[in-house]
Amino acid sequence: MSLLSIHDLCFRYGEKSVLKNFSLEVEEGEFVSLLGPSGCGKTTALMLIAGFEYPESGSIVVGGENLNDVPAYRRNMGMVFQNYALFPHMSILDNVAYGLRQRKISKPAAYKAAEEVLSLVQLQGMAHRFPGQISGGQQQRVALARAIVIKPRLLLLDESLSALDRKLRVEMEVELRKIQREVGITTIFVTHDQEEALTMSDRVALMRDGSIEQYDQPSVIYEQPKNLFVAGFLGKANFLKGDIEAAQDGHYSMRLEDGNRVQFGVPRPLEVGSSYTIGVRPEKMEISATPTENATMPGTVSLVTYAGGVTQYEIQALGKEWMVQSQNATVHGAIFDAGQQVWFGWKPDNSLIL
Amino acid sequence: MQSVETHAGFSRTIGRALRSSPLLPLLPGILAIVFLFLWPLGQMIYFSFTDPTVGLENYRRFFQTPAEIRSLGTTMWVSFLATLLCAVIGYIYAYSMANSSKAVSRLLMGAVVLPMGVNLLVRTFSLQAILRDTGLINELLKSIGLIQSPLPLIRNTFAVSVGIISMELPFMVLPIYNTMVQINRKLLLAGEGLGATPARVFLDIYLPLSLPGVFAGSLIVFVSSLAYYVVPQLLGSGSEMFLSQDVSNWIQLQAEFGYGATVGVILLILTLGTLLIASLFMNIDKTLSETTGAK
Repeated sequence: MSLLSIHDLCFRYGEKSVLKNFSLEVEEGEFVSLLGPSGCGKTTALMLIAGFEYPESGSIVVGGENLNDVPAYRRNMGMVFQNYALFPHMSILDNVAYGLRQRKISKPAAYKAAEEVLSLVQLQGMAHRFPGQISGGQQQRVALARAIVIKPRLLLLDESLSALDRKLRVEMEVELRKIQREVGITTIFVTHDQEEALTMSDRVALMRDGSIEQYDQPSVIYEQPKNLFVAGFLGKANFLKGDIEAAQDGHYSMRLEDGNRVQFGVPRPLEVGSSYTIGVRPEKMEISATPTENATMPGTVSLVTYAGGVTQYEIQALGKEWMVQSQNATVHGAIFDAGQQVWFGWKPDNSLIL
Repeated sequence: MQSVETHAGFSRTIGRALRSSPLLPLLPGILAIVFLFLWPLGQMIYFSFTDPTVGLENYRRFFQTPAEIRSLGTTMWVSFLATLLCAVIGYIYAYSMANSSKAVSRLLMGAVVLPMGVNLLVRTFSLQAILRDTGLINELLKSIGLIQSPLPLIRNTFAVSVGIISMELPFMVLPIYNTMVQINRKLLLAGEGLGATPARVFLDIYLPLSLPGVFAGSLIVFVSSLAYYVVPQLLGSGSEMFLSQDVSNWIQLQAEFGYGATVGVILLILTLGTLLIASLFMNIDKTLSETTGAK
């Protein structure tokens, strides 16, 4: 049985429905991200789990106990807020020991435990400073230490890394994951950053309009998106929408809405005469100076963006703009110029049928 | 031709002086302070040491007169009492303002700010009408049979405190309210999330973070109370006088300007001393600008 099981949760702010039949299962020790655009209800879901808001209907069960009527201060959840919410009038040590003191643990014992957790987040020696005297990255660690020192049933992180600059964020991502594994704490991480969600999570729940669109491992949610929204939100993709007109040897001809026709292969059969949306990710496409088995469509390069490891191309073809990304796999590999005629396409397996 | 050049030269000189001296644009302000404030103040201090004889005679007389010492004590004690009560009432009031809906909050704000538009004298007289032996409260209590003879609600320390509180409440409420609304709600949630009951969250987080407002408000109220005249005059007893009543007595009734000035100087020292002591415990500039929103 899952550690956390949320069933059909509904919540509204006044007239506005924020969560609609939100359901989620999280296993012991798992790191789960709630990912979605702003306003999708991900932070609200976290607030409901923490007990800062109460649901209109549905249930939140942790370790078999229904928490619906349990106040936040008895839920034993470790929360790290977006801007850390450290108590400005208390020292770092007092901040970290606060939760333990609420559990009637003696002052010396609480301080000792707090010191230990501070050294786990590499802040030994900072104990007697105040939140205003340390950097954002350090505040982040204090907030984390304060949340895990109480040995919570769940660690809840609300956009906890987004206030940091990019370099520090990547460092903290790695460190957070390491600490999470070390302590073995079940974690729910709210973020709007898809890269963060993909790199850190065991599973990602992609949300839209108050419910979950897809809940899967990062590789599954990226490579096998269930629908157009998931494919479009996570990573980039070229979308083709239209009716299938003809089929030949597993290759299909699609009539796009603007009348242009595209030929491509797909991993499973399509029905001739029906309408489909096909997605292809830019990095799954091939680009070549001459036609090849997979690069079968002619086009003109309109924009080249060189990014070191990869080069992004915008290609004009069939009345559309296509995004194609190619790996700069060799030192003297060919980089095409804007205006150049190229051939491009993709393997049938790389077509996403949405 | 000559005069035009001279005129231009003069303007250039002025212009250069204005640019070079940062004090020059402040001149009108400085003049106002010197003539309207420093000069009379200096005169008062001067009188206290020279009239009727040169020396410390006026000060010796003040500190050797038991009635004056009592007056000094009354001023400080009643001001302190009024400030304390004002802080308690003001805190509760500001808390309700900061933690209610926008509409209620605005209503409470209006209720505390609007009376400031009514003349002090008028408000003091209306308090008299409420508190006196044949006033609103005593008549009401008598008519429902709770008391036979009127309660001593006026001509005492209680009445003066009530008067000061009713005048000074806005100056207590506003800084406290200002600090309260600046408290990050997430801190309270964080406390609750860590296992603190709502009462503990209030005591450990909300109260300490709102205290700067209480300090600022108390300082303002205490210092202003020290100089109250109309309220103790109309609501207090003749035997317990505020220093300001004393000043008025010596200058208006006895025409002893030097001695009256001396009492005035002592009142001034009391005020400055309070500010000085307060500044040892807090950064007054910072506390006042943060809590009153002044920049």
